Amino acid sequence: MARITASVYTSHVPAIGVAMDLGRTETPYYAPLFAGYRPAREWMADNTPDVVVLVFNDHANAFSLEMVPTFALGMSARYEPADEGWGARPVPPVVGHPALSAHIAHSVIREDFDLTLVNDMPVDHGCTVPLSIMFGQPDAWPCRVVPLVVNVVQYPVPSGRRCLELGKAIRRAVERFDEDLDVQVWGTGGMSHQLQGPRAGLINQPWDNRFLDRMVDDPEGQAEVEHVEYVREAGSEGIELVMWLVARGAMADLAGGGAPTEVHRLYHVPASNTAVGQLVLEDAPA
Amino acid sequence: MAEQYVGPPYRYQKRSTMALDKPYLDVPGTTVFDTDQAAKGYHLNQFAMSLMRAENRERFKADPDACLDECPMTGEQKQAVRDRDFNRMIELGGNIYFLAKIGATDGLDYVQIVSSMTENDADAHTEMMLNGGRSPDGNRYLHEWQHERERD
Repeated sequence: MARITASVYTSHVPAIGVAMDLGRTETPYYAPLFAGYRPAREWMADNTPDVVVLVFNDHANAFSLEMVPTFALGMSARYEPADEGWGARPVPPVVGHPALSAHIAHSVIREDFDLTLVNDMPVDHGCTVPLSIMFGQPDAWPCRVVPLVVNVVQYPVPSGRRCLELGKAIRRAVERFDEDLDVQVWGTGGMSHQLQGPRAGLINQPWDNRFLDRMVDDPEGQAEVEHVEYVREAGSEGIELVMWLVARGAMADLAGGGAPTEVHRLYHVPASNTAVGQLVLEDAPA
Repeated sequence: MAEQYVGPPYRYQKRSTMALDKPYLDVPGTTVFDTDQAAKGYHLNQFAMSLMRAENRERFKADPDACLDECPMTGEQKQAVRDRDFNRMIELGGNIYFLAKIGATDGLDYVQIVSSMTENDADAHTEMMLNGGRSPDGNRYLHEWQHERERD
């Protein structure tokens, strides 16, 4: 049977991908950040899963305003990196797991999560930058990916509670999948940042660090935090952090198991306009 | 008074009875992109989205007026695009992830696009970010910015 082995949380700042694509990771600006990523990459090299359920938001690349799905699950065998306006990133295509996608869809829709199922979509930096952060620059990504795209761009966006509960449903789905697979769930985006208006450039380090603490110790409490607190305290684009709750919901402690083990944490300011966070939690099944 | 936008995909009108709860309206210097903004900005954002294709970027660079004239945006939206006034585009219903493609067509990165909406140029913005970014203190509520203005 398939099993959840860990959850990973990371910002997906496009400039981090650009720094890797253009060979700028050792510049004075980026060297401290990439040094900070090293322990998580080393952990990942020893703990590479078969499949990642990768939770991210599309940034007006797969979806225009013609359709705004709240939760969209990729069903494909392959997803191409998007041209977001600067040309597509020179990274490998993302290889999917259609059977696991179909199983998750079947399971969670029957639990009343009304996913939109997407058979054809490009993936933007929200998906490819976390892969680059965790795996570096291989010729092919070392695992398959089931993309779960969450609308956090056009309000109303799903609540933190809804995201956490969806994560719990994904765990139940994965544990019923009849193939021997190690599965990780990654929640991406954030941390505090605002990309628009005269308040752009907002960073809130105390709030971010409390969020990291609560992701470990109090996800149920964090799930009750209203959107407006994210906007006010973590910037208009800080709302992306609700996606971390999907990954956190998939951990065993919220299904009667043990508390996860924190194996890595990073907090760094800035990358471009954004505060960068990273967290790796190993699952502790009952 | 902003001109009223009427057109697909649905009609945008200022409603007299606003039953929706929008607590985020009192965050200063911030426009949350909600369904009302999305209705206003539909064609502006869809135009920006067309710049995902390299041939459309080339065409827009070669003849911006021809591209803008083909799009059923309002005159104000077209002027904001011509002026590259990102704050105005956002006020008129644009969303940053769509609008970034206009900046990308000009060869700008996110720091250049984002800083253009603030009091800082790109270098000063980068310096602010390296120093920990803009503090939330004094930047949480509209009234904090109104006091600021009264002191000036």
